[in-house]
Amino acid sequence: MSKKNAKEQLLEDIQAYLGADLIESKDGYAFPNILINKDRLHETCRWLKNEQHFIYLVDVFGTDRFTSEDRFEVIYNMVCLRTQERLFLKIRIEEENPVVPTVTDIWKSANWNEREVFDMFGIQFEGHPDMRRMYMPEDYQYYPLRKEFPLIGVPGSIELPSTTPDKA
Amino acid sequence: MDLDKTTSKYTPTFFSEHQTALYKSLEDKHTTVEVDTDDPLETQMILNMGPQHPATHGVLRIVMQLKGEKIVRSKLDIGYLHRGVEKIAENKTYQEFMPYTDRMDYLAPYSNNVAFCMAVEKIAQIEVPERAQYIRMIGSELARISSHLLWLGTMVMDAGAISFFIWTFRERERLYDIFDEIAGHRFTVSHSRIGGVANDFTEDALKSINEFVDTFPQELKDWNKLLNRNRIFIDRNKDVGVVDHEKAIELGLTGPTLRATGISYDIRKFEPYMMYNQIDFEVPSRLEGDNLARYFCRMEEMAESIKIVKQCLAKMEKGPIRVDDAKKAYPSKDEVYYSMEGLIHDFMMTDTGVCPPEGAESYHSVEGPKGELGYYIQSDGTGHPWRVKVNSPSFSNLQGLENILDGEMVADTVVIIGGVDPVMGESDK
Amino acid sequence: MGLESAMGEGYFTTTMDSLTKWSRSNAVWPMPMGLACCAIEMMAFAGPRYDAARFGSEVMRFSPRQSDVMIVAGWCSYKMSHAIRRIWDQMPDPKWCIAMGACASTGGMHRCYGVVQGVDNFLPVDVYISGCPPRPDSVLNALMKIQEKIRNEQSVLLDTNE
Repeated sequence: MSKKNAKEQLLEDIQAYLGADLIESKDGYAFPNILINKDRLHETCRWLKNEQHFIYLVDVFGTDRFTSEDRFEVIYNMVCLRTQERLFLKIRIEEENPVVPTVTDIWKSANWNEREVFDMFGIQFEGHPDMRRMYMPEDYQYYPLRKEFPLIGVPGSIELPSTTPDKA
Repeated sequence: MDLDKTTSKYTPTFFSEHQTALYKSLEDKHTTVEVDTDDPLETQMILNMGPQHPATHGVLRIVMQLKGEKIVRSKLDIGYLHRGVEKIAENKTYQEFMPYTDRMDYLAPYSNNVAFCMAVEKIAQIEVPERAQYIRMIGSELARISSHLLWLGTMVMDAGAISFFIWTFRERERLYDIFDEIAGHRFTVSHSRIGGVANDFTEDALKSINEFVDTFPQELKDWNKLLNRNRIFIDRNKDVGVVDHEKAIELGLTGPTLRATGISYDIRKFEPYMMYNQIDFEVPSRLEGDNLARYFCRMEEMAESIKIVKQCLAKMEKGPIRVDDAKKAYPSKDEVYYSMEGLIHDFMMTDTGVCPPEGAESYHSVEGPKGELGYYIQSDGTGHPWRVKVNSPSFSNLQGLENILDGEMVADTVVIIGGVDPVMGESDK
Repeated sequence: MGLESAMGEGYFTTTMDSLTKWSRSNAVWPMPMGLACCAIEMMAFAGPRYDAARFGSEVMRFSPRQSDVMIVAGWCSYKMSHAIRRIWDQMPDPKWCIAMGACASTGGMHRCYGVVQGVDNFLPVDVYISGCPPRPDSVLNALMKIQEKIRNEQSVLLDTNE
C-alpha cells in the first residue's frame, strides 16, 4: 500500500514541477514512464536527484523511432533506493541536429552510457568530458543502431588485417 | 606529452585514429600539470595491458600511465567483442533471440534466459505456471554458483594459487552434468521458454541436483578454511581497490561489487520476481569496500544459493511447466506430434511468434551473478521487437573500474579485475 | 634393411623428419586466444576432466613466442582481428591454427556488422571445430587431428629451405 502511495506521490510531484512540459506519463508494467520536454531535461534531472532522491542512475540509452519528426528518443532509467521506486524519463530529439545536454555532472555513471548512445545513434551530448565512441573504433563512420543501417554492415567500412606478416 | 615522444619507435599500424584518440583522452583525464624532465626516473610510462592478456578475463584493454609502480590514471578500451546483439534482436522473433541471450553473460547463461523471458512475458502479459517458476529459480541459482565458481578459480589463480582453478573446475563439471541432464547442453542452455520452461526435470536430474546440494557445502567450507585466514591471500586483497558507498552509487556499480561497499541492493529483494518473496534467504553485504569484502560477499552468496535451491526443491509441486495458451507459448511436443491444432500453433509460433501490443514498453531486471541484468523491450505490434536494450552489469562495473584503478599499484590490477569480475561478452554486447 | 643388417644388432635407423615430427606432435603447446564462451570450454578442456596435458599440451602458454598452435575460441570482431593477426605473426614457425566453434569458423549465429564471418579471412586455419560451444571432447579430437597433420604433412627439410 505504501509503495503505491509513494508512486502516486512521485507522479503528482513531477506533474507539479513540470506543468506543461510533462508531455506524457504512462504507468504501465509497474514502472512510471514519463516523456518530458527536452529543454527541461537538465534541471529536471537535478531536481529528481536532489529533491526526490533518485541518486542511482542505472542506464541511459537511445531508440530510433524512424519517424520523420522527433526521430530519436533518449531514455534514462533511474532508481530511488529510499522509496524503492524506479522511473523512466524520456526525451525526444529530431534528426537534423541531435544534441542533448549531458547529465554526467549530475550522475557520474552516465559517462559510458552516453558514449554508447553516441556510438550507436550519433546523438551528441554537449558538455560530456570524453565524447568518443564506445564499441566501434573511432575510424568508423556509421552509426550502427540506426534503422537504415543494414544488419550485415557496410562492406569495406572497417578494415581487416592483411594476410602477409607485419614487417615492423 | 605527445605520441611520438612517448612511444618511441612504435606508431600504430591499424585504427590509427582510434589509438590517437585513446591516448589523447588518457592525457586529458583529470587534467593535471605534469613536469616532463629528462631524468628517466621521473618520466611516466604508459603501459598498455592489451586486449590479449592471460589475466584480463576476456578481451579488455587498459591503458595506464604509471609513475613508478603507482597508476596515475587509466583508461579502459572495450568493444573488442562487440557484435551488435541489439541490432540482431530487431530481426528475430522473441523466441529466436533466446540463444543470443545465453551468449551474453556466458558464465551464467540461465539467468540471462530468465531475464529475457520475463521481460517478454511482462510486455505480452503472460502468466507463468508455478512449477516453471521454481524450475527457473533453481536453474538461476545453480548458474549463479557456476559463475561464482569460475570467478573464484580465476581470481585465486591470478593471485597465485593455481590449484584452485582445478578444484573449482571439478565442481563446475558436476554442474555441467546437471545442466546436461536438465536441458541437453552443458552451459549455453536455452532452457527457459516464453511462457515457461522447455521440459520438466527428470528423475535423474532431481537426483543429481540433490546430490550436488548435499555435497557442495562441504567443499565451500574447505575452501573457506583455506582462504579466509590465509596470510598471503589477505595481504593481497585487503585494502586493495577500496570504494566507499557514496562513490559506488555515483559510479553506478552493481552486484556484489556494490554490496561489498555497504549498500545492500539486490533485485531479488528490491523488486521481487518469480517466487523470491516466498523464499527465506539473506543478501550478504560488507562495509569495507575492498577486494576482500567482494570475495566474502560472493562466497556467502554461494552458500545462500544452496539454501534457495533446497527450499525450491522442497516447495515445488507437480504441475504444468508452460502456459497453455497457444498464442503465447509453444505447445508441448505431444500436442505438436499428435494433433493438428498443435502442429499449426507450433508453426505459427515459430513463424510469427508472440505479438505484444503495439507501442508497449517493458523493462524487467533480475539479479544476475554480476549484478542487475535488465532487458528493456519496445514493441511495434509484430513478432519482432522494435528495440531491445540490454542493461548489462559488467558495463557499469567496468565504468567503475576506471575510477577504482587510479591510485593503485600496477601489480594489484590483476586482482582488482578479478574482484570486479567482468564478463566481456556482456559488457560489449 | 641393408644398412641395419650391416651394422649388426642394436641399431635402428629412421629419418630426421620422423624424429622431429614425433617429438613435435607430442608436445603441441597451445596458445589460447580465448575470446568468448568457447574460451570457457577451452578452460574445461584444460581442466581436470578432459585433461589436455596428457596429450602433450602441458601448459597453455599465453605468450605467442613460446607456443605452437593458436586456438581461436569465440567470435572475432573487426576491432579484435588486428590484435589476433599481430599475435599470429609473432608466433614462430612451424605453427598451426585451430578455429574453435561455429563463430570462429564462419561467424556462427552472429551474422552482423561487428563479427568477422570466419577467422579464415585473415588467418590460415588448419582445423575447424563445429559446435556452439563444442564439447571439450571435440577440441581433443581437433588436437589429435593437428597431431596427425604434423606427423603426415610437415617436413623439416621444407621448413629449413624456405
